[in-house]
Amino acid sequence: MTDEYSIFALVVLLIVLALVVVRLTSLLAVAILAGAMSFILATVYTLLDAVDVAFTEAVVGAGISLTLMLAAISLTTRHEAPWRGRPAERVVALLVSLASGAGLLYATLDMPLLGDPAAPANLHVAARYIAESPASTGVPNMVTAILASYRGYDTLGEVAVIFTAGVCVIALLRHWREGKA
Amino acid sequence: MNVIDFVMGHALQWGSVALLMIGLYIVMTRGNLIKKVAGLNVFQGAVFLFYISIAHVRDGTAPIVHEDAVLYANPLPHVLILTAIVVAVATTSLALALIVRIRESYGSIEEDEMAKVDMG
Amino acid sequence: MSEFILVRVVVKIMVPFILLFALYVQMHGDYGPGGGFQAGVVFATGIIVYTIVFGIRRAVEAVPMTAVMAMVCCGLILYAGTGFATMALGGEYLNYSVLDSADPVHGQHTGIIIIELGVGITVAGVLTAVFLVFAERRARR
Repeated sequence: MTDEYSIFALVVLLIVLALVVVRLTSLLAVAILAGAMSFILATVYTLLDAVDVAFTEAVVGAGISLTLMLAAISLTTRHEAPWRGRPAERVVALLVSLASGAGLLYATLDMPLLGDPAAPANLHVAARYIAESPASTGVPNMVTAILASYRGYDTLGEVAVIFTAGVCVIALLRHWREGKA
Repeated sequence: MNVIDFVMGHALQWGSVALLMIGLYIVMTRGNLIKKVAGLNVFQGAVFLFYISIAHVRDGTAPIVHEDAVLYANPLPHVLILTAIVVAVATTSLALALIVRIRESYGSIEEDEMAKVDMG
Repeated sequence: MSEFILVRVVVKIMVPFILLFALYVQMHGDYGPGGGFQAGVVFATGIIVYTIVFGIRRAVEAVPMTAVMAMVCCGLILYAGTGFATMALGGEYLNYSVLDSADPVHGQHTGIIIIELGVGITVAGVLTAVFLVFAERRARR
């Protein structure tokens, strides 16, 4: 139970940080706050027993993502221009996000409660993975076993996406004509 | 059902909905492209948090085999989100690369100034 | 940032350990948290921190761009190629059980290690390459 309270406290902190991101106009501060949010998210994942995801979020969100944001800021601009649109646009945007949030909130009322072992998501294929994967692959970490073996096609597709994104960035940013780099 | 249990059981889902709304608002109202990307990051963080909250099992442990463990968290959402985080950073880097190129050819990364250049 | 001697010395000591930790995460992913995705990111972080402190010129001497681009391709080829290898051995695409004819469980384990290696190489290559091209762009300003 204490775990759940600390999770809620951290999520409240995340929401506050996100609201600060809305107000800030210094892109440098936005990037650094995004890194801080990633660290908090990683802590929340650890408390929710998702250690692999927490590890990934910590290295990716707080490490690489922040560095790339800073690299992009150093190549563009450090400050966001002040708002020049009509106030009505903001009101419409606020109404749209409130409406979608209200729809999602209504949908969560039917969701199973946090940590319910009898939730539908935990009953079908997940139970089979937990029971069988260590014996049939010889790998004690079930996340690795499912990632590489049971869902190998899925991961192959993800690696292909990362490959494509990387090739696109190289094609976009590298100076090819001058030869050596 | 007890009201406190109901609120406790749904609070994390509501929290991720709130984060998602904030991310959506940033994406819609900011003209600065880097700020938009930051908003998208908030949005996807909310989705990841929601997904991981589904995988949580009370009194469970991390899904790594251990003698004393009785209940494990659901490993499947962990796998999906783990790969999604790395794919997200790869696509974010692509977005940032595009922003850098936009800045070089338009001289600005604000949407209204880009529209002005397009109008001539 | 290369004018700060403290940063330079600390980073010079730390980089080999970061790269070693990446290999640990890669190889220990079967038994604890970790695996190819995380290891690739940690490896890239090691090179990125070196680039930030010592500059793009020295980083490209240590890690040539062609080598990084070769990594980007080799990881995916290793992954997809394992699928074709299992097909050649008579199984389905990416069915690692056939990799060891005597013990299918050992075959699965071998397959998982190879796949994770492919994932790690591609992720490390892509993230390093992305940062290096950003830094090159900046250096040419």
